[in-house]
Amino acid sequence: MKRLLYILWAVAFALGSIGVYQRLMWGHQPTAYGSYITWGLWVAMYIYFIGLSAGAFLLSTLVYVFGVKRLERIGKLALFTALVALVAALLVIWFDLGHMHRFWKVYTSFAWQSLMAWMVWLYTAYFLLLVVELWFALRADLAVWTRRPDLPGRIARLLSLGKTDTSPAALERDAKALKILGGLGVPLATAFHGGVGALFGVIGARPYWYSALYPIMFLLAALASGGALLTFIVAFFWPEKGTREHHDLTVTLGGLTLALLALDLLTEWAEFSIHTYVAIPATAEAYKLVLFGPYWWVFWIVHLGLGALLPAAILILRGRQVAWVGTAAFLIASAFISARLNIVIPALAVPELRGLERAYIDPRLTFTYFPSLMEWMVGIFAIALGVALFYVGSRVLPIFETKEV
Amino acid sequence: MGKRKTRGDVKENAGRREFLKGLGLATISLAGVAVEKEVEAAPQGSTDSTAKLPTLPTAAEGESILLRMQRDLQRAMKKPLEERRWVMAIDLRKCIGCSACTIACVSENKLPPGVVYRPVIDEELGEYPHVSRRFIPRPCMQCDNPPCVPVCPVNATYKRPDGIVEINYDQCIGCRYCITACPYQARYFDFGENVTDGTPASPERYETSPSPEYGKKWPREEGESPIGNVRKCQFCLHRLNAGMLPACVTTCVGYATFFGDANDHESLVAELVASPRVVRLKEELGTEPKTYYLM
Repeated sequence: MKRLLYILWAVAFALGSIGVYQRLMWGHQPTAYGSYITWGLWVAMYIYFIGLSAGAFLLSTLVYVFGVKRLERIGKLALFTALVALVAALLVIWFDLGHMHRFWKVYTSFAWQSLMAWMVWLYTAYFLLLVVELWFALRADLAVWTRRPDLPGRIARLLSLGKTDTSPAALERDAKALKILGGLGVPLATAFHGGVGALFGVIGARPYWYSALYPIMFLLAALASGGALLTFIVAFFWPEKGTREHHDLTVTLGGLTLALLALDLLTEWAEFSIHTYVAIPATAEAYKLVLFGPYWWVFWIVHLGLGALLPAAILILRGRQVAWVGTAAFLIASAFISARLNIVIPALAVPELRGLERAYIDPRLTFTYFPSLMEWMVGIFAIALGVALFYVGSRVLPIFETKEV
Repeated sequence: MGKRKTRGDVKENAGRREFLKGLGLATISLAGVAVEKEVEAAPQGSTDSTAKLPTLPTAAEGESILLRMQRDLQRAMKKPLEERRWVMAIDLRKCIGCSACTIACVSENKLPPGVVYRPVIDEELGEYPHVSRRFIPRPCMQCDNPPCVPVCPVNATYKRPDGIVEINYDQCIGCRYCITACPYQARYFDFGENVTDGTPASPERYETSPSPEYGKKWPREEGESPIGNVRKCQFCLHRLNAGMLPACVTTCVGYATFFGDANDHESLVAELVASPRVVRLKEELGTEPKTYYLM
């Protein structure tokens, strides 16, 4: 099983590297998006990863800010997951830029009216906060690990920055720092992920996006998907499987994920029902594409079936069995990409002026889109890189370390 | 791509009937062109120069409306930038859907495949045998409240004092957020493609010749602007600065496209946009387009 996973990862990484090579060599030419459907798989993957990150982070604050004892053990894991997902998100959106080497201009232009600029500034702050907070969360364990003779020991000696005090007073200071940082992180993550929703919500030209519910919907979706990812990791990769504690932790997380999923579906229902009820066909058009268009199965089968109803049923009926909870969580977390694709693409797949689709014929000027091979491969690269970062990090850092110091 | 001159003599500011009458004459005299002016010879830079404006013949009865609009243009160019208000009017009754403007624009701005500043929407109305067609050229609307501007994360696009919405090619990072924000789908991404891609001759010289947009030469090189940029119609700013009308205006077979300074009440275009026949696209959005349509 383990070997199979290694091989799978190696294949994914190799394919991904080919994609990245093509992207760097030929720019945007091997992509399938165009000037009308101008955002595609990469933007969807970006909001997917960034949602996982924000969700995992907000759940970590349950531990560090709100002091939820039952979840204490997943604090570090949640922070680390948030960091890895953020790196994957930034990587994939970086490849989406027309001029990758100009990204720094976002920091020097002070385009304060642009939600995209705000998003970049806020996730930069969020990135720094995550690194510092993770350091405080790991510090005590790193201090213990400095005594190890192996590679993790060496890394711990490097990362602990010489702060190896594990006295109760030092731990107290860590907890306080974590509470302050986490406290700052709550509004920051809310602003930044709500801001990603607002980035779409402010686009008045696209009735599908133009909704005040978007920032809220994004936050709930982030919590649901991030919670599901954490649940999946805890269920299957926890070092002490089979213990009472592991069971309770998984079951608690499963219940939380189910509740968050329900809230997310509620906001989705609000959007769909309001916009498709009657009258203004222009507003309903993108929804019709989602529900009955050529990619109807993305919504009905992947998103609603595999990503929501099936896992919800599992969590309701088998919510006390670790393997089932983990499976349901995996379904929710992975199928969430379908919800993200259905946010980005349908809004762009409706011509803004009737007849434009036939006005000038060019492969870049169509209103249909399916990601190209290169786009898929670059997407796979981001996933493979995220998995590798997570795996290596969890091996050399005390992410899962649960022994009391 | 050049500007054409006709000879003749009559008062400026001729009424609508007069210039309609003059159309025939103008067409004939246009055929026997004078002076071809190369774009390259034009004064460059988005900065304004009135020094090198071409000399026009005195106004004459029956002259081409192009001449009148060119005179309007010169008057505008002598004013300070912020006192000009460039507008375009397109008479849908005159548009025959020939797409000459589309092609002229592609050739003037050296547009690669997939980038088209002025497609012509061809609508078929009714059912056989009661069918009619309607053509709607769609340049950039140059909105007074452009939704594409505030979304830019690097201030690469902005409204100039004369109302034209411009893109700073060296600043654009190619995120394409503005493309999603435009309600008229008037912004395009340059993927760096050429028509001859995949053929032994690729790229042909005509494909690599630099675009003259914004009064600068933009050689077509991989990784360099405008490849990887968002691009759009800018009313041929580089031509305006050289005293020439936009390429779509001078090439319009049916004289359906008008251009000028709406702040100048003597200009032809100021007369036209005051007509009760005027409509603008998606007026309800409050974007205040400066491209007008005459129904």
